[in-house]
Amino acid sequence: MEVPILKQGDYLIASIQSALSDSDLVQLRDALVEKVGRFRSRGVIVDVTVLDVMDSFSTRILRDLAHMIRLRGARTVIVGVQPEVAFTMVQLGLRLEGIATALDLEEGLAYLDETGEKES
Amino acid sequence: MRSDKHDGSVAAKGTGLARNVPTSVSRETSVPIESDLDIVTARQVGRALAERVGFEAGELTLIATAISELARNIVLYAKRGEVVVKVLENGTRRGIEVVSSDEGPGIPNVTHAMQDGYSTSGGLGLGLPGVKRLMDEFEISSVVGHGTVVKVAKWRA
Ligand SMILES: Nc1ncnc2c1ncn2[C@@H]1O[C@H](COP(=O)(O)OP(=O)(O)OP(=O)(O)O)[C@@H](O)[C@H]1O
Ligand SMILES: [Mg+2]
Repeated sequence: MEVPILKQGDYLIASIQSALSDSDLVQLRDALVEKVGRFRSRGVIVDVTVLDVMDSFSTRILRDLAHMIRLRGARTVIVGVQPEVAFTMVQLGLRLEGIATALDLEEGLAYLDETGEKES
Repeated sequence: MRSDKHDGSVAAKGTGLARNVPTSVSRETSVPIESDLDIVTARQVGRALAERVGFEAGELTLIATAISELARNIVLYAKRGEVVVKVLENGTRRGIEVVSSDEGPGIPNVTHAMQDGYSTSGGLGLGLPGVKRLMDEFEISSVVGHGTVVKVAKWRA
């Protein structure tokens, strides 16, 4: 299952549509790192609303993704982590430290707009 | 180790369903694990079975996540193996058991492997200790050169 990546102004939006295999997620990471340069995007939103599981592997890949995007000069926001998923992640000991998160797509966009203004 | 349960409101939803699990429904399912796609299958199968047992949303996520960690360890370290999920019954209590087994290289030092942050693959090293925190029961046995079996269980609150 490939994740569609939409370009909206200065931002790229990856909205995950179904359960992802490990290689799907790695593919998404690589595609975003590449596209952020191609489209000169300033921000990336990864919408994980439909994910019912975020385990040690997916957390690590999302963390890597955010850091790689940062190195490419843009910002990442993870949106839509479900309450049960958040609960499980904390019990598992998983952290998204240093990574911006927001409740949903709308909040994520608002966050990118705000932090973008501060920077320019 | 157990977390407090603050989920009374949602619990009622699944209860009626769980009492009427049709006898035709398989109470034990084995999922062969060979690739990362099988990891997704295993957690979906486990989640579906746990749903029939009457676990509520938060617990379904815990169970699916635990299965995901165990199945990934198989793919990563042993290449292939299987995950068996099964309904547990003990008097009026119901639960689910997950057994992951492989004939891979085994774990030389299980005590180390069970520590947070210990990984031989550059992972976070949270899989095994994390699964232990997520589930109610946890047993691991591993023999170098023979393989690894991890048996875990979760009971309904
Ligand atoms: N089925 C297995 N066969 C052989 N070795 C295993 C198996 N499962 C775990 N191990 C060993 O135990 C270590 C700890 O496993 P654990 O799942 O806790 O962490 P990890 O897989 O390294 O990282 P993470 O799960 O956080 O991504 C692994 O690095 C590996 O050396
Ligand atoms: Mg692991």
